[in-house]
Amino acid sequence: MAITTAQSPFRTDPLTGLRIDLTAQALVKTNAVLAVVFLLVGGLAGLLVALTRWPAVHLLPADLFYMALTAHGLVALVVWIVFFEMAVIYFCATSLLNCRLAAPKWAWAQVVLMTVGTAITTVAVLQGESSVMFSAYVPLAAAPHFYLGIILFAVGALIGCFVFWGTLVIAKEEKTYEGSLPLTVYGCMIAVVIAVFTLATGAVILIPAFLWSLGLIKSVDPMMYRVVFWGFGHSSQQINVTAHITIWYTVAGLAFGAKPMSEKVSRTAFLLYICFLQLGSTHHLLSDPGLSASWKIVNTSYMMYLAVLASLIHGLTVPGSIEVAQRRNGLDNGLFEWLRKCPWGNPVFSSTILSIIIFGFIGGISGVVMSVEQINMIIHNTIYVPGHFHGTVAGGTTLAFMGLTYYLVPVLFQRQLILKPLAAIQPWLFGGGMAVFAVALMGAGTLGVPRRHQDMTFAGQALAYDYGGMNQLLMAIGEIGGVISVVGGAAFILIIVGSILMGEPVPANAKCIVAPPADAGGHKKIGMGGFEAPGTFVLALTLFVCLVLYYFVNFKYLATLWPLT
Amino acid sequence: MGYSFTAPDKNWAREPIERTEILWIIIAGSWCLFMFVWMIAWHWIGNQNMNTEAYKTFTDVYAKKTEEFTKQYTVRQDASDPSLPVVAPPPGSDVYIAGSIFQWRPVLELQKGKSYRLHISSLDYVHGFSLQPENINFQAYPGYEQVITVTPNKAGTYGIVCNDYCGLGHHTMLGRIYVKE
Ligand code: HEM
Ligand SMILES: [Cu+2]
Repeated sequence: MAITTAQSPFRTDPLTGLRIDLTAQALVKTNAVLAVVFLLVGGLAGLLVALTRWPAVHLLPADLFYMALTAHGLVALVVWIVFFEMAVIYFCATSLLNCRLAAPKWAWAQVVLMTVGTAITTVAVLQGESSVMFSAYVPLAAAPHFYLGIILFAVGALIGCFVFWGTLVIAKEEKTYEGSLPLTVYGCMIAVVIAVFTLATGAVILIPAFLWSLGLIKSVDPMMYRVVFWGFGHSSQQINVTAHITIWYTVAGLAFGAKPMSEKVSRTAFLLYICFLQLGSTHHLLSDPGLSASWKIVNTSYMMYLAVLASLIHGLTVPGSIEVAQRRNGLDNGLFEWLRKCPWGNPVFSSTILSIIIFGFIGGISGVVMSVEQINMIIHNTIYVPGHFHGTVAGGTTLAFMGLTYYLVPVLFQRQLILKPLAAIQPWLFGGGMAVFAVALMGAGTLGVPRRHQDMTFAGQALAYDYGGMNQLLMAIGEIGGVISVVGGAAFILIIVGSILMGEPVPANAKCIVAPPADAGGHKKIGMGGFEAPGTFVLALTLFVCLVLYYFVNFKYLATLWPLT
Repeated sequence: MGYSFTAPDKNWAREPIERTEILWIIIAGSWCLFMFVWMIAWHWIGNQNMNTEAYKTFTDVYAKKTEEFTKQYTVRQDASDPSLPVVAPPPGSDVYIAGSIFQWRPVLELQKGKSYRLHISSLDYVHGFSLQPENINFQAYPGYEQVITVTPNKAGTYGIVCNDYCGLGHHTMLGRIYVKE
């Protein structure tokens, strides 16, 4: 074993003090660059979609709109995010465990398969015969290579998961670290466990759909398709949640020298994810025929909301750990001195904190409310749904990934960031725009505006339904937020690609950029009223009050509707 | 000493939990429990619940049922679209509506305050049944027939919008329900 280690060259990074396996570094860079390229593609498709749903602009005709929407969903949600996640898990498993990467050849196979898969599916979509949305509900048929590309992509991702596992095994055998896994690696491991059964579920349904599109099997039951598809489609969102929460914890350490408030609590919360998160796939099926109420209730609540509890815990402990670190470093006055004196102009921090806020207050509250069995009837398939998940996956996951990227570009590419003033406002543009977009869409959805819809004015239709001026306005405001967000996304890509290509090299004697551990001076007493993180506690209570109020507002509205039994 | 990305202290499992976290777990946990119980309770205390009555069917069988139902209770052709029959079934009866590209048929006329057993299904693809402005939404499948007892509680003209993508004409897919005093 020792001999193989010796063959694999490492370098010690001056900025972080990490020992980095060069093979792993090449793979991390490749995956991350591909991710950013696809974010560009997905973002452009998103812009076209947004400009069409803005009633006054109404850019694309129907066929192009549905094509762009299919492309946007696939490329933004699946391709950008999974490529980036591959970069994250390779980086964490090697650099943080001081270990070489297991099976680099397989890791390259991951890159190739995912790239080829993306190319094949993208071609299928652009050929116009596969405008079926990324969910591709049967019996709506796409061209066979549409499914084939996704399957290849998923196989690639699965290989990436096994390379990660292999690396953990090697690290353990070669004792490259002591004691338990660091929380960050543990979080990645949880994400990978969820990923493995998610991808397996995807195979269970996409392979039959592929065979059906080739005419080899006669039919795929549409309801079975949707049930199993969301076992894949929703669970993959749980991978994203786990991954971006892991990144929150990481950035709290890198930027503030924070350590988790309690390893025990944070790890248990992650464990709850493995046990219960995948039950949430039911969220897509709450307004479907024939599924029993008890099945829906147990699943939609993630077994008595235990996974929601886990998210609420992370939502407190990450900012809480930042608060504790800031207070230990002397910012111990009042409730919020620690927060006021955070580095708001540093994009690593601002991306992360905005991701936490948008994910919690927008994505989180709306998600908990809309996944109530009965409330779902007033939200299902409306534009509220895209409002919700841009709060989770764009404002939450994507923004968290952006923050980490700002940190890792100097580390991995050894280049300094360019356009720093732009970088300072970029998270605010992207996150702020996304917040407006998400909230406005949630408003329009509450008033009934449909998702995946090219013309909410129903021009020329005999039975046209009038959604009214308020909805037109909400959609306009939302899409303006969307455009701002696209500008923020473009700025991100400009800064990152520009830095990689033209940034000043990081000098070999550069200072370490990891904040020193905040508890180095021992445990002095901090906080107020026996709370180490009173400010965070107040913020968490604010979230709690918003959630409770919003929950009952929805029930109050529900109670006025036509009685249904 | 340490970070989230370095190995934790050896005795991490025995470290005490700080008050902020404990209190939050208690508050959040109680709320979670409440939401779980409330969702169950709404089946008794609330009037808006998803019926789970549903049948496996065939698209041609369902098309035929809808056709017969339409013939039996047609009262006129719709003023906005004369090709569409308006069907006024008696209160308490079984009412059939079918989605197909790109229409919800037939147009229904119901009476306020009366209950109907509304059957919903699709004849081809997966469609969305979105009743506006009530904003009540169901998923409709080919081969599955869902039955929901509805009691319109306001008079007026209601639109049915398809809100799940079903093909390039998806945004033209509409239907209508009239509710009379
Ligand atoms: C950059 C700014 C973005 C804008 C302006 C934008 C805009 C939109 C719009 C207008 C829709 C259509 C909603 C509908 O008609 O149903 C949409 C759908 C969607 N977006 Fe985005 N989006 C952005 C970023 C993202 C990101 C970063 C992700 C994922 C990480 C994402 C994932 C999705 C998904 C999955 C859908 C649903 C597609 C479907 O219904 O099949 N978006 N987006
Ligand atoms: Cu339809």
